[in-house]
Amino acid sequence: MASNNRPLSPHIQIYKPQLTTFMSITHRATGIVLAVGTVMLVCWLIAAATGENAFNNVQTFLGSIIGKLLLLGWSYALFYHMCNGLRHLFWDAGRGFEIETAYTTGRLVIGVSILLTIGAWLWGYNAMAAI
Amino acid sequence: MVEFSLPKNAKVREGKTWPALDGTKRPKSLRVYRWNGDDGETPQVDTYTVDLDDCGPMVLDAVIKIKNEIDPTLTFRRSCREGVCGSCAMNIDGTNTLACTKYIDEVSGDVKVYPLPHMPVVKDLVPDLTQAYAQYRSIEPWLKSDSQPTPGKERLQSPEERQKLDGMWECILCFCCTTSCPSYWWNGDRYLGPAVLLQANRWIQDSRDESTGDRLDELEDPFRLYRCHTIMNCTKTCPKGLNPAKAIADIKQAMVERR
Repeated sequence: MASNNRPLSPHIQIYKPQLTTFMSITHRATGIVLAVGTVMLVCWLIAAATGENAFNNVQTFLGSIIGKLLLLGWSYALFYHMCNGLRHLFWDAGRGFEIETAYTTGRLVIGVSILLTIGAWLWGYNAMAAI
Repeated sequence: MVEFSLPKNAKVREGKTWPALDGTKRPKSLRVYRWNGDDGETPQVDTYTVDLDDCGPMVLDAVIKIKNEIDPTLTFRRSCREGVCGSCAMNIDGTNTLACTKYIDEVSGDVKVYPLPHMPVVKDLVPDLTQAYAQYRSIEPWLKSDSQPTPGKERLQSPEERQKLDGMWECILCFCCTTSCPSYWWNGDRYLGPAVLLQANRWIQDSRDESTGDRLDELEDPFRLYRCHTIMNCTKTCPKGLNPAKAIADIKQAMVERR
C-alpha cells in the first residue's frame, strides 16, 4: 500500500475555534502590528527632527481618519500585547494553567485591554482639549 | 511549516447519505470522514442516521452500530470502550476526544466525526501514529538509573515524591492533545507535542530516575520543547482531564532552575 499517498486529515478547517487559540494568535498578530507601529513612531520622530514641514505632513496624516484608525489599532495592540504578556509571565512562573483560570485570565485580558484603550484615548482627547 | 489549506489529495468532498433504518424513532445523524486507499478517490464525508432509542449513549456506540448494521466498510480503532486504552481517539464535534466517553447527547445537531487532525490517514478514522510513537520512543520513556536498588527491594519513593507523578501517569497516549495543537500541526516533524512532553516530564519528575540532566539536555532545543506557545488546546481537549500545558511549563521551569 502506497503510504505516501495518504491524505492529511483536516485540521484548522474542522477544529472548533477555542478562545485560548484565538488569543494566542492575536498575541502574535499584535506583536507584528507593534513592530510596524514602531516604524511609524520612528518616522514621526525623524520628521520632528527634520523640520516643521516634514513634521506637519506626518501630523496631518496621523490626524486624518486613516491615521486615527491606525493609531487606534496600534494603541489596542499595545495594551493587548502588554496584558497578555503579563498572562504569559504568570504562565512562565508555572501559574494559571487550569482551564477555568486560563479562560478567566483570557477574558480579563480582553476586557482590560479594551478599557485601557478607551481610557488612553479619552485621556488624550481631554489633554488636547485642555491645550 | 504553516500550511492552512489541505493538499489537493486531502480535500474533503460531500459523500453518500445513507438512509435511516426502517422504524427509526429518534434519528440522529452522524457525518463521518471516509477515505480508503483503494478507489483512488479523495476523502469524503458520509452521512449516517442511527436510532437513539436503539443505540448506546456514546459516540462509539453509534459508530459501532453503523459498522454492524449499515456500512461494514467503516473503519476505526476501538478496544476497551471505557476510556482506558485510547484507541478510539478522534475529532468529534470539532474537538478531540475518545468516542467511547463522549455522549451523543452532548452534541447538538449532526455529530461530525473526523480522524485526529493533521495526521496522515490510513483509512477512514484511522490516523497513522508512526511519527508520534517514534517521538515517544525518542524521550526514552523508561527508568534510567546507574545505581542498583537494594537486592530484593523495590526503589523507594516518599509519598510526596510519588505524588509528583499524579496527573502524568494517567496519560493513555491517545494523542488527542498532540493533534489538537496548532504548533504540532505546523512543526510536528520537529516539535514533540504535548503528549510526548507530558511523558518526558513524567520521567524528569520521577525521584527514582537518575537521568534528569540528560533528559533536559535532549529537550533543550528551539523546536522539541520550545514550540509550545501555551495555546492550551491540549489541556482543553484531554479526555482524561490531564494538563499537558502545565507539564510543559514544568519542564521549561526545570530548564531554568538547573542553570
